Amino acid sequence: MAEIMMWEAILRAHDEELANDPLVIAMGEDIGVVGGTYKATLGLYDKYGEKRVIDTPISENGYTGLGIGASFVGVRPIIEIMSVNFSWLAMDQIFNTAAKVRYMSGGQLTAPIVVRSPGGTAHQLGSQHSARMEKVYMGIAGLRVVTPSNPRQAYGLLKSAVRCNDPVFINEHELMYNMKGEVPEEEYFHPLVGSEIAREGRDVTLFGYNISVHWCLQAAGLLSKHHGIEAEVIDLYALSPLDRDGIRTSVSKTHRAVIVEEAEPAVGVGAEVMAIINEECFFELDAAPVRVSALNVPIPYNHALEKAALPDANDVVEAVRKMLGI
Amino acid sequence: MKDADKKRLLREMLFARRFEERCYEAYVERNIGGFLHLYPGEEACAHGVLEAARTGHDYVITSYRDHVHAIKSGSDPRAVMAELFSRETGVSKGRGGSMHIFDIRHRFMGGYALVGGPFPLAAGIAKGIQLKGGDEICICFLGDAANNQGTFHESLNMAALWGLPVLYVCENNLYGIGTRIDRSTAVLDQYKRVAAYNIPSAQADGQDVELVYKAAVKAIKHVRGGKGPYFLELMTYRYRGHSMSDSNAYRTRTEERMWSKRDPIIMLRDRLVKDGKLTLQEYKDMDSAVLDEIEEEVIRFAAESPEPHISDVEKYVLAENDPWVRGGGQHG
Repeated sequence: MAEIMMWEAILRAHDEELANDPLVIAMGEDIGVVGGTYKATLGLYDKYGEKRVIDTPISENGYTGLGIGASFVGVRPIIEIMSVNFSWLAMDQIFNTAAKVRYMSGGQLTAPIVVRSPGGTAHQLGSQHSARMEKVYMGIAGLRVVTPSNPRQAYGLLKSAVRCNDPVFINEHELMYNMKGEVPEEEYFHPLVGSEIAREGRDVTLFGYNISVHWCLQAAGLLSKHHGIEAEVIDLYALSPLDRDGIRTSVSKTHRAVIVEEAEPAVGVGAEVMAIINEECFFELDAAPVRVSALNVPIPYNHALEKAALPDANDVVEAVRKMLGI
Repeated sequence: MKDADKKRLLREMLFARRFEERCYEAYVERNIGGFLHLYPGEEACAHGVLEAARTGHDYVITSYRDHVHAIKSGSDPRAVMAELFSRETGVSKGRGGSMHIFDIRHRFMGGYALVGGPFPLAAGIAKGIQLKGGDEICICFLGDAANNQGTFHESLNMAALWGLPVLYVCENNLYGIGTRIDRSTAVLDQYKRVAAYNIPSAQADGQDVELVYKAAVKAIKHVRGGKGPYFLELMTYRYRGHSMSDSNAYRTRTEERMWSKRDPIIMLRDRLVKDGKLTLQEYKDMDSAVLDEIEEEVIRFAAESPEPHISDVEKYVLAENDPWVRGGGQHG
């Protein structure tokens, strides 16, 4: 197994899928000649040509709709939206068309597009470049939402998303493209459903996804070292549909749940996972589940304020200590 | 155009008129629900353009005023009416309704309910055609008011930039819902607006099906010839309100009377009569036959068709049994 960076893993998935099927195309702002803001399509313009690796105008709703239309006739577009903040503009086409067309056509037409986009809060990018929008996407029927926490997932999720007949939104993270991790050398397709146990434990379950998996792992290390508490970390790489079985199994084992999300708390992953815990395994609980979330503010520019607005591993440790009364 | 084709077009337009009028009644009778946008007055637009196209080969996409475009593209009128009656036998299995007629076998790619939504979808279908190397084109019908959406500009820019085989047909009926075009739009001639993207365009009389056909032949030749997109504006008028919930109070009766004198069906009928190719009695017989067909074939089929099963309410949300959802064959 080779250790590569997240952007290299995404690039490799693009390259293999473009090579595999002449109707796979990549499109987005600056993805061609420039190779992508995060290098996810570096070199592919030269390899596959401008008709398949397409630099689009800055027209998010327009080019996303164009990708959806192309998908109606057999094309498999991988659409990069440079930042999730810009994808608000494309939500009309993603939600009103891609997510609904199968249903409202009685199953005749599908929109097998992939929309990849980095979200999350990076460093001092200000309010309009720091959105965390997974909560919005995962609330829409007809759309699959996945979010990788490591290069292996990023590679395998994109591969499966391209081949899957449903529209898939892949929520990436601006801070994670240079993260290193092992990716199988042979071709690998990651499931678009389910969850992974990132760390086994017995005392409490920490639910994370994308960047918050790493906060959970860090917190689990601190809890083990300083308090002798063994936390289980569940990686919810699939946000829609969420893995009800995986959530129930872990909570039934540890009887305690903390959900860690980078976004504001309202109507988010934490709220949804808590609802599932209530529905699936309420009587397994030894304590009320809690969520560790961002503050309910637009993300500030000032670095200290920005840091204060976001959760981190220490907040997770504190939440567990409070839950356990230690 | 041959006389036989003119007579066939006359019957098709008359059928479209009677079909839509019968929809109105069915709506009042509560057999049709939701929003209903009718096409009377505009028949020459869809019929003239699609007469010049290769229906079933070329892709057609439009807005929510979509019944007639689907039928002229090849859809069975019974299945269109069954859709309006929300039946399982409807083109979209009763899941779409009036605004979402889909019939992919005939390459009718749908009716969409967000104004301006189909602009980029049409460009995308054209992109797919271009990638696959076929000689199909995509024809996108939208109203004048859709041109004030961002998707108009975004899509025309990309279509021109990449030379996509798409024909945009603007059915300019002078009103965006209840707002007259001069109160919503700075440039009244819509065909002029596409000059900003170097897209060739023309304006034609949308009430005269022969003129529409002639303009469409030229437009389609351009697009199919690999010369990129084309924009055709057709000046027309809808007799009814925007939808059934529209009281039509914003228009003067004088204006309505003026347009009714240029009715596309009557104009073609009178021309055929004047040329000695049709008698008024033949027209009356044609009308009776059309009305009978709609009542006895179309309405009866819709009314007698079954509703969808309630247990199927969650069907068609996502692909069923797609192996890639579980990572292909590698994860069982």
